[in-house]
Amino acid sequence: MTNVVTITGVKKLYKMGSETVAALNGVDLRIDEGEFVALMGPSGSGKSTLMNILGCLDRPTVGSYKLLGQEVSGLSDDELARIRNKTIGFVFQNFNLLPKLTSLENVALPAVYAGIGTKERLALATEALRKVSLEDRAEHLPGELSGGQRQRVAIARAIAMKPAILMADEPTGNLDTKSTGEIMEIFRDLHKTGSTIILVTHEPDIAQAADRQILVKDGQITKDISRGSSEVIDIV
Amino acid sequence: MLFTELLKMAWRSLAANKLRTFLTMLGVIIGVTSVIALVSVGMGVKKNILDNISRLGSNMLIVMPGSANRGGMRGAAGSVITLTYDDAEAIKNKIKNVEYVSPTVQGSYQVVYGHENWNTSVTGVIPEYVAIQSLEIKSGLFFSEHDVDVRNRVAVIGSTVAMNLFESVNPVGKKIRIGNAPYTIIGVLESKGQSSGGQDQDDVVLIPLTTAQERLIGITYVRSINVQVTEADKMDEVQSNIEKLLRQRHRIREGTENDFNVRNLTTLMETMTSTTTMITLLLGAIAGISLIVGGVGIMNITLASVTERTREIGIRKAIGATYSNIMLQFLIESTMISVIGGIIGILIGVGAAQAISKFGAFTTVISWVSIAASFGFALFVGIFFGMLPARKAARLDPIEALRYE
Repeated sequence: MTNVVTITGVKKLYKMGSETVAALNGVDLRIDEGEFVALMGPSGSGKSTLMNILGCLDRPTVGSYKLLGQEVSGLSDDELARIRNKTIGFVFQNFNLLPKLTSLENVALPAVYAGIGTKERLALATEALRKVSLEDRAEHLPGELSGGQRQRVAIARAIAMKPAILMADEPTGNLDTKSTGEIMEIFRDLHKTGSTIILVTHEPDIAQAADRQILVKDGQITKDISRGSSEVIDIV
Repeated sequence: MLFTELLKMAWRSLAANKLRTFLTMLGVIIGVTSVIALVSVGMGVKKNILDNISRLGSNMLIVMPGSANRGGMRGAAGSVITLTYDDAEAIKNKIKNVEYVSPTVQGSYQVVYGHENWNTSVTGVIPEYVAIQSLEIKSGLFFSEHDVDVRNRVAVIGSTVAMNLFESVNPVGKKIRIGNAPYTIIGVLESKGQSSGGQDQDDVVLIPLTTAQERLIGITYVRSINVQVTEADKMDEVQSNIEKLLRQRHRIREGTENDFNVRNLTTLMETMTSTTTMITLLLGAIAGISLIVGGVGIMNITLASVTERTREIGIRKAIGATYSNIMLQFLIESTMISVIGGIIGILIGVGAAQAISKFGAFTTVISWVSIAASFGFALFVGIFFGMLPARKAARLDPIEALRYE
């Protein structure tokens, strides 16, 4: 299996007045292609910081991050933007769709920044919408869709560019039980077809869907359990 | 490819806030409109003045008395009375390349016929005046060399004077009184109408120069001598010859100032051109300030829009928009406002200029330069004032922006 993410000795330090606070304090992590990982931890654990670094939204203060074999910890903002565009797909808790664009346009947006032509772009977007079974809502604005549908559009946007990693930050946090079930079903389907998924959550039920559960506490990885292990993560 | 997408995005976001976009645009519209309208008024004034000067005749030199200079105090031009009819005769006889020489004197008098009276300007001239001013005689005839020589009390009147004193009666052969002496009208001038400066060119009485000097005003000097030169490129030569001749005739010692002025209408025209150009530029600059104010409006609204759309910017950055993608998006929006505003401003400005010349007091000249310059300036204003907000947007940290509520 190809290695997708290799993080070694990553620290993220913030200066708070005269003190230095470590949001991440020496993290080592390796994620292979096709893995479905749940990233867990209480708020303030450094889970979000780790996710931002994994998603190339942020850079580590110390340490190395190799994404698909490429060292990305020292890249410029624009280089990181290009990596996010082609290699990473984001799904957020509050969907983060652009309210004035239709579903299809929202899904096609990453391809706009990739400089892909109109025809090909719409083809990619339509295909992604089909994967989340929303091709019949292509011309709807986000405001005309239910929460579950909006999140499906957001997933379609995340997978439209066929990224190496799909990052989902509390994707079901704003959804009811039924929609949560639908969304998790989509993640499982994507996982089956070979996608690498990193799911950030604090709900053990949701984390159960993943093959591997990682617990972050006080800026460090304290547990890393694969499916089949008898260990249970209790984040509280 | 990406650029056309950014254009579409900008257009949609402007269209989504129509009232706000329009109000912002209004600053640019008013700026461009006023630049074009005011410059066209300035250019109209310039054209008027130049037309007036060139109507005085081409290749014209005007000899005027200089100013008195006693003990360092300089009087007004014309305060010395050194210029005479003989000077004019001398210029005519001794200087080459001179077509006509026309000395004049002038005064304002009450002219009386029967019960009617009329205040008008009485000008003493010689027969050459007709040719220099391209006058035409409607009825009767103009006075002759002989009338000038013997100081006859004869007059040629303009149509306004004729109308006010005689109404429908033919004035030729009638006697009018000027300064209590009777003058026989021997001719009436063809109407020339108003000058473009608004002066009535028909409100004149012409009498022989010598009659005016000795019998009416009681002076020996002349007010000015108009000299028409045969060819334009002989102007400078004739001018310096006249100066030499008059210095000699007036016995002016070397190193002393002239007691007369020779004015070259071409030089006068150049001076007027540069003066009116300055005024036009000034008008344009004042109007340009309103364009800058419009630009500040653009900056203001774009800054507000960046803050409002922080989250949108965060989303766009998260899915791969680079610094320049975001910057261009906002820059295109501000430029679009200024360009569309500029186009509307041009249309209204041209319309306003035409309306002013049709219904207002000014003639206006619409110039392509002012259109191009004001549009270019509007474009520049849009880019310049859009730059700061666009950079602010492009610099946003995606993590912070995504967290923004």
